[in-house]
Amino acid sequence: MLSRVADSLYWLARYTERADNLARLVEVNLQLLLDFKDLDNDKLKEHWDPVIRSTGDEERFYELYDEANSQTVTDFLTFNSENPNSVIGCISAARENARMIRDQISSELWETLNNLYLFLKSNDAKHIWEHSGAYEFYDHIKDHSLRFQGLVAATLPRDECYDFMQFGRFIERADKTTRMLDIKYHILLPSPNDVGGAVDTAQWVALLRAASAYDAYHAQYLASIDPANIAEFLIFSDTFPRSIRYCVTQINARLHNISGCPWGSYSNEPEKLCGKLMSDLIYSNVQDVISFGMHEWLDQCQQRLNEISQATYQTYMFQKPIDLAEEIQQQQQQQQ
Amino acid sequence: MDLSSYQTDGFFDEMFSAPGVVRPHYQKVLERLDRMNLQDFEQKQQAVDLLFLRAGVTFTVYSDNQGTERIFPFDLMPRIIPQSEWEFLERGLKQRIIALNMFLHDIYHDQKILKDGVIPPSYVLSAKHFRREFVGSDVPKDIYIHICGSDLIRDKDGRYLVLEDNGRCPSGVSYVLENRQAMRRAFPNLFPTAGVRPVENYAEKLLKMLRNIAPKGQDNPTVCVLTPGVYNSAYFEHCFLARQMGVEIVEGRDLLVRDFKVYMRTTKGLQQVDVLYRRIDDDFIDPSVFRPDSMLGVPGLVNAVRAGNVALANSIGTGVADDKVMYYFVPKMIKYYLGEDPILDQVETYLASEDKDRQHILANLDKLVVKSANEAGGYGMLMGPWAEKEEIERFRVEIERNPRNFIAQSPISLSRHPTWIPETEAFEGRHIDFRPYILYSGPDDISIIPGGLTRVALKRGSLVVNSSQGGGSKDTWVLYGNE
Repeated sequence: MLSRVADSLYWLARYTERADNLARLVEVNLQLLLDFKDLDNDKLKEHWDPVIRSTGDEERFYELYDEANSQTVTDFLTFNSENPNSVIGCISAARENARMIRDQISSELWETLNNLYLFLKSNDAKHIWEHSGAYEFYDHIKDHSLRFQGLVAATLPRDECYDFMQFGRFIERADKTTRMLDIKYHILLPSPNDVGGAVDTAQWVALLRAASAYDAYHAQYLASIDPANIAEFLIFSDTFPRSIRYCVTQINARLHNISGCPWGSYSNEPEKLCGKLMSDLIYSNVQDVISFGMHEWLDQCQQRLNEISQATYQTYMFQKPIDLAEEIQQQQQQQQ
Repeated sequence: MDLSSYQTDGFFDEMFSAPGVVRPHYQKVLERLDRMNLQDFEQKQQAVDLLFLRAGVTFTVYSDNQGTERIFPFDLMPRIIPQSEWEFLERGLKQRIIALNMFLHDIYHDQKILKDGVIPPSYVLSAKHFRREFVGSDVPKDIYIHICGSDLIRDKDGRYLVLEDNGRCPSGVSYVLENRQAMRRAFPNLFPTAGVRPVENYAEKLLKMLRNIAPKGQDNPTVCVLTPGVYNSAYFEHCFLARQMGVEIVEGRDLLVRDFKVYMRTTKGLQQVDVLYRRIDDDFIDPSVFRPDSMLGVPGLVNAVRAGNVALANSIGTGVADDKVMYYFVPKMIKYYLGEDPILDQVETYLASEDKDRQHILANLDKLVVKSANEAGGYGMLMGPWAEKEEIERFRVEIERNPRNFIAQSPISLSRHPTWIPETEAFEGRHIDFRPYILYSGPDDISIIPGGLTRVALKRGSLVVNSSQGGGSKDTWVLYGNE
């Protein structure tokens, strides 16, 4: 496979996953506000600021808006084309990558993505947003995104193309799960006294919903909403497809598929880094995370994921740019 | 849908020999339309437009920096060619492509046609796309033009005329295949009874043709489509063909030449490439030989071609056959190389560099169509009868300054075809042209896809069919029989 194609597949998958996560995140937080009474500007800021922080784009946000409230944050994360990490920005970027490699993916896959892009650019999108509300709107995004994932599963051969896409998807997903957990950490900070209260519970439930983990969590832990259990579930579950451990296991599998190197050994830098992270996730538990410091642990995890994707880029996708002038000179000499 | 009030206005009409008198090979379509009401028809038209948009069957317009994508407007009323007519066209096109390939081989080798005085040498040697550095070089199997898209029109008597030969990177074949797909969806019941010949195996034939020119000893050659990139107006087509053939689509930056061999840069290292279906013009293909400022090409590609390690389709230097001055000589080439009379006629042409012709051109600028020798896409053209005085004078100066660069032709009254016009909710006559696609693997192995791209000038009275200037397209049916 061309290195350029591998790069596009990786970003195609990352951006679609990111758009899906953004839709979930904004929608859940909008709903969460419905549970609270008497929200003044400070409370709203307290609520939305961590959401912006979790995306890592707070600097750009405050350049564009004066304050964080429901309207500005949803606009920033959904429609603002000056934010490349808005839903519309992600879908445009995903489509652009797909367009470059249309010959590599199924036409169904391309059409689903193109449809979502056309929808977001159309008046239909605004109409749904204004008349049916955010819930309907984000549902639409999630539907398309699920269809996209289903088509990846149903129409792509299990070859390198699939591996690079899944690699991108799970890197993004693991990263987003760390960020969602981190939001809760930020919300928790201002008033530690509230721990265990109704507001606290609502927030933990929202977190589970944002990760589409509500039902899966309850199936394992029954009715109890326990912060430690939730963290344990979202970080260490070996069966839930959005837990960090599950994602890293998938990343590891994709890397070994691509290289053909057996599990338990490594043949390149990304495999080495990923294997280490995976073993940390297998041989630790939530108590280790808490004593390390949840925020610090999550931060470090994000960084390690980043290193894995950087190393993968260097191994497979990066090609030293050709120095055209040098190349021309060399070829002209050969001609003589 | 009622076509009883349809007017032919004195033009040659593809469907009606006179108002109310349908040609036999259009009878079945007319019957089908009779059974359909306006609402159904418009619904089908909208569904097809949406289909193209959703599938991203678009071309890029360079009007703004975003590269807006548009669909190529598609008209549901098909253009139909009966068997006997098609066989005639096939014979004529085959004769032409054989002669053109012989001509190219000749001028890049012995130049007999020039020595024998059939074509004045200065015309060839001064042609913009003549690559003198390739004189004496061989190309695989002596084939220069592998893929040709010749533009045909019909005049007021229904006579087919060749308008030009596109022997460099003819585009549009993807629309032929997509249009058929769309028609099948819109009229699923019509096809089994209409006796339409399929076009779907084009990609298979294209791949076979490309593999045919692979360097010796390559049983399983690596074939790639070379594209200028995602911002090229025909990028959709490049992807489409690569996907249909199951081969890689590459950009210049994906390729590298080492030791006179071409490699693509993959996740598993360098992999050698044997055949390139290139959709980049000569000028941009190798900055170490042609334009050094081109970022699209591959430095050293020409070295690899010369060394015989990679084959190009089409070969380098075919552009000389696209020169409109060469077009004038094609009937002479047919006679010279094949000893035959041309089967297909072409438009009567005057060369501005011939004294007598030039005097005629300059005296009749307001009656002629003047074309620059090497422009495409409807640019660099003077439509005398419709032109402003200033424009005519501008061309007069240009022609006198550089006669080699101009030809002139009498305006042809292009044939018309009933075309759906949403604004008037009626079928109206619109001018059309036709581009069939020819794949050439040698004089005994030529395949022409039964169909082609029919382009239609959607604006009333307009003769310009280019997609960039408001043209649309139609599905083209070649029938098994004559009715």
